[in-house]
Amino acid sequence: MTDVATEEVVEGAAEHGAEHGAGLAFHPLDQFKITRLFGEGPIEWYTPTNATLWMALAVVAIVVIFVFGSKGRALIPSRLQSIGEMAYGFVYKMVEDVAGHDGAKFFPLIMTLFVFILSANMLGLIPGSFTPTSHIAVTAILGFGFFIFVTLLGFAKNGAHFLGLFWMSDAPLILRPIIAVIEVISYFVRPVSHSIRLAGNIMAGHAVMKVFAAFAPMILISAIGVVVTPVSVLAITAIYALEVLVAFIQAYVFTILACVYLKDALHPGH
Amino acid sequence: MATETTASEVTHGAAEAAEAAGMPQLDFSTFPNQIFWLLVTLVVIYFVLSRVALPRIGSVLAERKGTITNDLAAAEELKQKAVGAEKAYNDALVSARAEAAKIVAAAKADIQKDLDKALAKADAEIAAKASESEKRIAEIRAGAMDAVTEVAKDTAKELVAALGGKADARAVTAAVTAALKG
Repeated sequence: MTDVATEEVVEGAAEHGAEHGAGLAFHPLDQFKITRLFGEGPIEWYTPTNATLWMALAVVAIVVIFVFGSKGRALIPSRLQSIGEMAYGFVYKMVEDVAGHDGAKFFPLIMTLFVFILSANMLGLIPGSFTPTSHIAVTAILGFGFFIFVTLLGFAKNGAHFLGLFWMSDAPLILRPIIAVIEVISYFVRPVSHSIRLAGNIMAGHAVMKVFAAFAPMILISAIGVVVTPVSVLAITAIYALEVLVAFIQAYVFTILACVYLKDALHPGH
Repeated sequence: MATETTASEVTHGAAEAAEAAGMPQLDFSTFPNQIFWLLVTLVVIYFVLSRVALPRIGSVLAERKGTITNDLAAAEELKQKAVGAEKAYNDALVSARAEAAKIVAAAKADIQKDLDKALAKADAEIAAKASESEKRIAEIRAGAMDAVTEVAKDTAKELVAALGGKADARAVTAAVTAALKG
């Protein structure tokens, strides 16, 4: 990464001459660019891109952990099998605790969301990688897709009773229409916050790391780098540790909110 | 702020100026691509999980739970057996103790009987020997008394004769007897 940054510094300095004295290259958002994997040309809907690659790697990681890991069906699990079993138990318990016993039917769906987001986030922490979950297009499809799914499910399971979700029968009668309006608005805001929360967290963390990374080669340019470079390296390390936590927590938050929305669809009564 | 200006300066004039100025996330031209590949990915993950991975892991977990339950039941059973065995052992120990005590008591009684018999026999023997000894002592004493009387009479006669008297045998005997009785 440092090599690339220095190259860019050189290029930038060549282009802009003396005015660009410091010569540091800040491209914190370049890591989010969608690029073709092969050749040149426009990005069509079917073009294999870096997003395709890292989603495919997420699939590979999931297959390795959950399919090859559990291949032995060992009574005393191997390490890989333990990871799979722990993730299974973790998500299954979450679905059952939050969405209730009949929510367990949708366990594979919730598990798909969790493992996809978690593995995409974690793979995204590999230096030089691309993080699909940092893109609003991806998280919006996840968030809105799940929103449409639970809304349809709510009407299919409960019919018109699903609207009881918005009608607080234990509130004073005068307040009920007002509360209903607020509830409807908050219901439709759900997928927005659901998807922006994930993309925003992942993007912000990665961008901050990249900003600190841009300061790291300062020692090659000026004397103040003796201070700046170690500080930025330490900062990258600290933020990286935080990002590992965020990668898990955001996957967890997305999943548990999905469970809550599922619960509302299955049991709309308050 | 510095970040944005630098980034835009560096890439100013480049072909992708439009997207570089903003976030790549808001470049809508890449949305169909991302959405398509995301849907492919999700469908693949869903089928891998729901068809292969989750049933398998679920069955492994259920099997393990069953095994653990069985093992616990077996352990409980073995524990009951162990408790029973311990009880049997203790019972055997108690009865063995009682038996031993009985045997000890019987042996003691036997020994006491033998001892009593032997003591009685010894006592009888001792008593017999003692009475015999007493008899002999009495005999010896009587014999000694006779001898003393004889010697005294003879000595008295000799003394009388030596002193020049004519000893009346009868008188001497009477005198000695009287003296001895003295």
